[in-house]
Amino acid sequence: MRGERLLGSELRVLFRRWRTWAMLAALASIPILMAVVVRLSSDPPGPGEGPPFLDQVTNNGMFVAVTALVMTTPLFMPLTIAVVSGDTIAGEASLGTLRYLLVAPAGRVRLLVVKYLTTVVFAVVASGTVLLVGWAIGAALFGTGEATLLSGDTIGVGDAVLRSLLVGAHVTICMIGLAAIGQFISTLTDAGVGAMAAVAVLTIVAQVLGQLDQLAWLHPWLFTHHWLGFADLLRTPIVWTSFTENAALQGAYVAFFGALAYGRFTTKDVLS
Amino acid sequence: MSETAEAEPGDLAIATTGLTKRFGQQIAVNGIDLAVPRGAVFGFLGPNGSGKTTTIRVLLGLAAATSGSARLLGHDVPTRLREALPRVGALIEGPAFYPFLSGADNLRRFDAADRHADPATRAERVARALERVGLTHAAKKKARAYSLGMKQRLGIAAALLEPRDLLVLDEPTNGLDPQGTREVRSLIRAVAAEGTTVFVSSHLLAEVEQICTHAAVMHVGSLVAQGSLDELRGTGSRVVRVITPDGDRCVSELAHLGLEVGPSDLAAHRAGDAEVVAPLPDDGPAAEDVVAALVRADVRVRGFDVERPSLEDRFVALTGEGFDVAR
Repeated sequence: MRGERLLGSELRVLFRRWRTWAMLAALASIPILMAVVVRLSSDPPGPGEGPPFLDQVTNNGMFVAVTALVMTTPLFMPLTIAVVSGDTIAGEASLGTLRYLLVAPAGRVRLLVVKYLTTVVFAVVASGTVLLVGWAIGAALFGTGEATLLSGDTIGVGDAVLRSLLVGAHVTICMIGLAAIGQFISTLTDAGVGAMAAVAVLTIVAQVLGQLDQLAWLHPWLFTHHWLGFADLLRTPIVWTSFTENAALQGAYVAFFGALAYGRFTTKDVLS
Repeated sequence: MSETAEAEPGDLAIATTGLTKRFGQQIAVNGIDLAVPRGAVFGFLGPNGSGKTTTIRVLLGLAAATSGSARLLGHDVPTRLREALPRVGALIEGPAFYPFLSGADNLRRFDAADRHADPATRAERVARALERVGLTHAAKKKARAYSLGMKQRLGIAAALLEPRDLLVLDEPTNGLDPQGTREVRSLIRAVAAEGTTVFVSSHLLAEVEQICTHAAVMHVGSLVAQGSLDELRGTGSRVVRVITPDGDRCVSELAHLGLEVGPSDLAAHRAGDAEVVAPLPDDGPAAEDVVAALVRADVRVRGFDVERPSLEDRFVALTGEGFDVAR
């Protein structure tokens, strides 16, 4: 119902903010820093040193993009999602603009959906930024010849692009799940910063819990469980288990927290 | 086009019955029956903290009523609110903007949120709303650089993006200098002249007294009076005020005319003069006949006046305190 106009307005507001560009710049700096450091160091990283795939970076530009995603997924990327998703409702509330959007009337459900879609777009842009910048700097410093996969097979440039896109899709899906949690938290408070901090803390807590073997029964249910589970996408043949399990899990999180956010926001007294 | 016209037989822009809003134990709005006629400029008065803004929030669907019902432009609140809101412009508890957007971009943003607003005419309507509040020169300036008064005017511009049937203005003159206050008043007059019902809340009686046709008074969450200004002033409560050196003779002559002078209404005025105040009933003698009678009775009259108590006096009597009292 003419939601696309509000979505357009929402996206314009998001990308008119310095904050958004600063976060994207910070994300973009990760692959650049990593590639430059590896290029300048005299001895290339050996297998098993540093983050996963780092030893592969010198082989092919693709691995710069993939390794950069590995490095940003646990903290950097979720932080940016925490900022954007935590700000959705609480940010409007703390500015006081929420009441004006609602009496416009924007419609509470429409606003909630549009806000969520905006965060999804941001998640795509964030992963896309890391991928694109990773590819660009990787191609510039290490070339784009054939790449060797984890299974030992070699693939051409086209296939390498496809594989890194899959990894990017996996990370984006993870962030889309987190965005649903973030938006629900955002409906609970009128303090945007509080919501952002809560989402950031939650991602760290979930990852810490994921490290505790005593809680192994809980691990498959943690939204962070599959965050780094994209190694199987870099084998031939591709093993899809982790990718699809993650997609199902994140889908469940979106449904659950989406319903909570709906229940909360449609009945909330807006007093800010 | 809009079906609002025939929806309410009583032709009320706002109608509430027993509207109540509680926050926990605290009653913010206590069973109010508000009746705002269409076409009125309705002053919603009361000290700060008397429940005015909460009432407005409930009327606009921002908060849910604890009990009671409300109709806005004939549509039930909150179930049919979405039909009423496009016809309502509102300024609620001060303006609010995206500080990093320009004034014009802020208006575009709010207009985009209204699914009934036509994007094809957006630029034109934004420009006209800005012009109406005198902000054309500041259209491209970031909202964070606006002064308090400019923000207030931008908020009013946002409420005027579309032709409205009802304009709800919560404390529209807050933060404005006397010149700005006059501008807002004339803006309200102009909007009302187009047939828009204006519902304006204020804790400053004097600011709205000049423009309102109707008013209601809130006190600690309850509605203590409402009606047209004449009704509120009380038609039967005129008083005559006589200043005379012959106080006692004046009192007895007034009594002769049927005007009761209470013991406290005879006061020393200035050296040798007394001030006599007596209520003048509607069916009593005409004021000019009172003067003639006094003069015939050799009461020397230095001053004579017929007064209605000001709304301010009336409201102080109703609320037991002056306006401006922060609670």
